[in-house]
Amino acid sequence: MCVFSLKDSVPVAGLCPQGAYGVQDSLRSGFTSIKNELLPSHPLELSEKNFQPNQDKMNFSTLRSIQGLHAPLKLQMEYRAARQIQRLPFLQSSNLALDTLRGNDESIGFEDILNDPFQSEMMGEPHIMVEYQLGLL
Amino acid sequence: YLHWSSPYMYVSCSYIISRNAVLESSLSEFGYKAPSARKTGTTIAGIVFKDGVILGADTRATDDMVVADKNCMKIHYIAPKIYCCGAGVAADAEITTQIMASNVELHMLNTGRPPLVTMVTRQLKQMLFRYQGQIGASLIVGGVDVTGAHLYSVYPHGSYDKLPFVTMGSGAAAAVSVFEDRFKPNMELEKAKQLVRDAITAGIFCDLGSGSNVDLCVITEAGVEYLRGYDKPTMKGKREGQYRYKPGTTAVLTKTVTPLSLDVVDESVQIMNTE
Repeated sequence: MCVFSLKDSVPVAGLCPQGAYGVQDSLRSGFTSIKNELLPSHPLELSEKNFQPNQDKMNFSTLRSIQGLHAPLKLQMEYRAARQIQRLPFLQSSNLALDTLRGNDESIGFEDILNDPFQSEMMGEPHIMVEYQLGLL
Repeated sequence: YLHWSSPYMYVSCSYIISRNAVLESSLSEFGYKAPSARKTGTTIAGIVFKDGVILGADTRATDDMVVADKNCMKIHYIAPKIYCCGAGVAADAEITTQIMASNVELHMLNTGRPPLVTMVTRQLKQMLFRYQGQIGASLIVGGVDVTGAHLYSVYPHGSYDKLPFVTMGSGAAAAVSVFEDRFKPNMELEKAKQLVRDAITAGIFCDLGSGSNVDLCVITEAGVEYLRGYDKPTMKGKREGQYRYKPGTTAVLTKTVTPLSLDVVDESVQIMNTE
């Protein structure tokens, strides 16, 4: 395990907790640690977290150079529309439309084999989650 | 075969990545060593001969200094005429080749064409580079496609070589020395099989991480011949003679008997519960 010094630390936005008001929800995501917020705990953590967004950015910029600004704009609109197709809050969506747009439906990677949401041991309480999403809670 | 392996990367749950990494680093603070990945400590080799490609591998999997599997399969299927030998961390090699096989099948269905060996190599090196060597799999990909017979070796960090003969694993030096001595382009089938067998045998005898049997896989335009257990150089030989001596072989010169006077003090019987 290599030693990380403070010069390897990244801007807080990269690793900071994802809860409301920037404070980590201890009930849902466990205890916080300042070290984990400043320094990556694995050499590939940031690279993997940003992999899909970086791929998209690269593809969009290539598309812009070849076909002009309209092409990535139209595609991004389609992505936004596809991302909105979801199931109820406690059910994992298959993201079929989004996968088809990205071309992920033609390849198999670790995200398809590991951490399958249909095999997870924990499930949210359906009623509470729906009420939370509708703002009734 | 699939025991401890390096923490896998998955896109959606980065907090699991950090949790695994944090747990591993905090283990060492307490003086415990995290279990190390089971490597195959291997000798794998491949050559291109007149009609195609021959891949060879030994069959030992090690857990540090203990032999974990005496007869594992290191030559994995990728496509009907493309096979891949894997060295390094056993789980990484196994899962990587299975993912490759699935991707090749999907690609074949998509394009409607049989796969090329370069396609497999390209997907492999792109995936291994993405994970920056954290996936400890060194692979030899060989096969026959519409453009001919090809042989590539791919390293864990994502570099690759295209050569007429390649060796990988801890016994690579022993195997490549045999190749460097006797390899000739366009060899005949039997001589080529003998050469690969000799190279793997050199790895088995000269490297501690390799052992047991030699597996071969012959891939030609006509098809694939998977020769599991082609040669067993480490098999124990049959003992030809008997070392038991007949009673009376040694002459008795003198005999002295000293009786010990012992009295029975106590006698007790304990019945065993044999149900």
